[in-house]
Amino acid sequence: MKAFKKLFLISFFLVSFGSQAQASVQSNLLDLTQVPSYLSEFGFFQDMQNQVPAEGVHPYSLVNPLFSDQTDKLRFVFVPEGQKLGYEKDKVFIFPVGSTLIKTFAYLNQNGSLEQQLLETRLLINTASGWKAISYVWNKEQTDAKRAIAGATIPTSFVSHEGKVMDVRYRAPNQNQCKECHQVSKVMTPIGPKARNMNKLMQYESVEMNQLTYWAALGWIDQNLKAEAMGDYADLSASLNDRARAYLDINCGHCHIPGGSADTTGLYLDFTEQDPEQLGIFKKPVAAGRASGNLKYSVVPGHAKDSILLYRMNSLDPGIMMPESGRALADEPGIQLITDWINQL
Amino acid sequence: MLAAVQIIQPSNNAYQEIQEALILAEPGDVIRLTAGTFNLQDSLSLDVNGVQVEGEGMNQTILDFTDQQSGAQGLSVTSDNVTLQDFSIQNAKGDAIKVKGVTNIKFLRVKTEWTDGPKPENGAYGLYPVESTNVLIDGCVAIGASDAGIYVGQSQNIIVRNSRAEFNVAGIEIENSYYADVFNNVATNNTGGILIFDLPGLPQQGGHHVRVFNNKSVGNNTDNFAPEGNIVGEVPRGTGIIIQANSDVEVFDNEIGDNDTVNIAVVTYGNETDDEAYYPHPKSIQIHGNKFGPTGYNPDTSKGDLAQILYNLSGGNMPDIFWDGLVPMSQLVFGQPDDEKMIVSNNGDGTLLAIKPIGYMLPFLEPAILDINEFEGVITPLAKVEFDESF
Repeated sequence: MKAFKKLFLISFFLVSFGSQAQASVQSNLLDLTQVPSYLSEFGFFQDMQNQVPAEGVHPYSLVNPLFSDQTDKLRFVFVPEGQKLGYEKDKVFIFPVGSTLIKTFAYLNQNGSLEQQLLETRLLINTASGWKAISYVWNKEQTDAKRAIAGATIPTSFVSHEGKVMDVRYRAPNQNQCKECHQVSKVMTPIGPKARNMNKLMQYESVEMNQLTYWAALGWIDQNLKAEAMGDYADLSASLNDRARAYLDINCGHCHIPGGSADTTGLYLDFTEQDPEQLGIFKKPVAAGRASGNLKYSVVPGHAKDSILLYRMNSLDPGIMMPESGRALADEPGIQLITDWINQL
Repeated sequence: MLAAVQIIQPSNNAYQEIQEALILAEPGDVIRLTAGTFNLQDSLSLDVNGVQVEGEGMNQTILDFTDQQSGAQGLSVTSDNVTLQDFSIQNAKGDAIKVKGVTNIKFLRVKTEWTDGPKPENGAYGLYPVESTNVLIDGCVAIGASDAGIYVGQSQNIIVRNSRAEFNVAGIEIENSYYADVFNNVATNNTGGILIFDLPGLPQQGGHHVRVFNNKSVGNNTDNFAPEGNIVGEVPRGTGIIIQANSDVEVFDNEIGDNDTVNIAVVTYGNETDDEAYYPHPKSIQIHGNKFGPTGYNPDTSKGDLAQILYNLSGGNMPDIFWDGLVPMSQLVFGQPDDEKMIVSNNGDGTLLAIKPIGYMLPFLEPAILDINEFEGVITPLAKVEFDESF
């Protein structure tokens, strides 16, 4: 499809979408001294229960999402009207103050017998004093979500990718746990929306198109922005190494990076790390304690079973498991991918 | 602004109440946990500067994590100017209290304990400040950690005093750290009493300026129960003090004895590493005025080579102080610079064994130095560690 035709479609879509919108973003996002108690107060959605966004709030998705107990993640972004995003290669887009990233965690249970369940909605709001994380937990009636400062425990069941009903003690993190992953060198930052992780098709209301093209049409970013596309770790046609590194980057690299909350270990798993020892190869644990599982090294090439990295991905014990928070279940496809990767190293 | 004191009592909703208080606190606030046992299923965390979290006594206010379901610590702190005092943390699934990347942290009369005795299933660290500046640990107790009871890592300006470490693998460990005073502590029934270590491949390394004085490191004869892979898993049962790969360490006026293997070991980092910036040898070590009790009567030869080599070289007549003698190749040939030489002075009737690496490798040469007087020298005292403790 030619670019101009795409742009035409987009403007048509925006006009029609805008005219239907019933709600608009209400709250003062620059100064959050009074944090709303309910998600509905922000006006991000014209239909809360069905997660239909309000005018100016746009859905997006990522090439590689973090594993979070097989939840479905519904992502939206709000950028104040007339504002632009900054771009720096390999970095998260620089959002203008007042922007908000909205992420609802849900079990949509599309392939099974259980009802759809919205669990929590996390907001990252770029206030005048930096990014702030606030999370809201959905009520039983699924009509609204209430602020959960200390997080919440939600025991529930869902239909797995394989169609099985599984139980989970789903844990919505508290505000401090948000920082564990989102803070680098003490500064809060989003993790997901990097150009390379956004460079993919998205099904919008009336059209499917590349998300970066869509953002350019909104006037948020430069139309000619040259972003590479991140390898999709589930894409079997990509090389095993690229897939494994993409997986480690999104699931581990936000903490295991210089300045991140796991940098005390000297184990760095972000996409850009090149030093083999720092990547865990024949690296002894530093402060793992019993989480070493009586194994000597983080990664033993050719021997996935002897690698602490994999032992901790497999574990469900809070004193052993990695990541430390954000999951209560093991990510079987991820474990298989990292097993294959280590075994061929 | 007037400091608010928030008082929280044990209840079924205690986790929620404590964690909300920790998040909503303002600088200057006090969060007081009353006497009693708080059963907590998820880890607690504090990220507000200038908050004091206090109990009503380390044996009165118990935060019990036996049923912990999520989170890798009992309590984690990531904010500056924080005081933790008068409570205990029991049976955390991972580390008991982790404090990362802060300036000014005080632990006063805090206890961390795994109550089921020394077991590899216990969490790694009791008190665990890391990447921090101005760390005060005073009057604390650490029991049962499967790595170190009191562990200060990658930090600077550190005082550990008047504390007690028992039934841990390492009682007190200062690792990859600068400027530490460790004094008036008791380390007993650990595998190793007091460890001054430096490891490669970390953001901060090259540990230096550590004073260890007026401590009792006695009867550290618990079998090593650390899970394999961890560096302390290599510590033989029955070691009083180990200095590994640090520079400018002064060990004086301690009482060290009844340790199965050796009272003091000064050693090189023994594993391979690609880290070219790392210096694996100890240097500028001073050991003086210590009072030694019996040692070496039941050496643990199951962990590493240390005890076996020591036993062979001493003919069973085990010394109080051991140095592995390893230095860079150039120094083997031309000798150590004077200011890097180990000084051992005025240790009563203490004995010493230092390996002579060339003699050890070649036949017909003496493999070791046994005369402690060869290390006699003038002590150059290190400066006291001081910082404003009134935050």
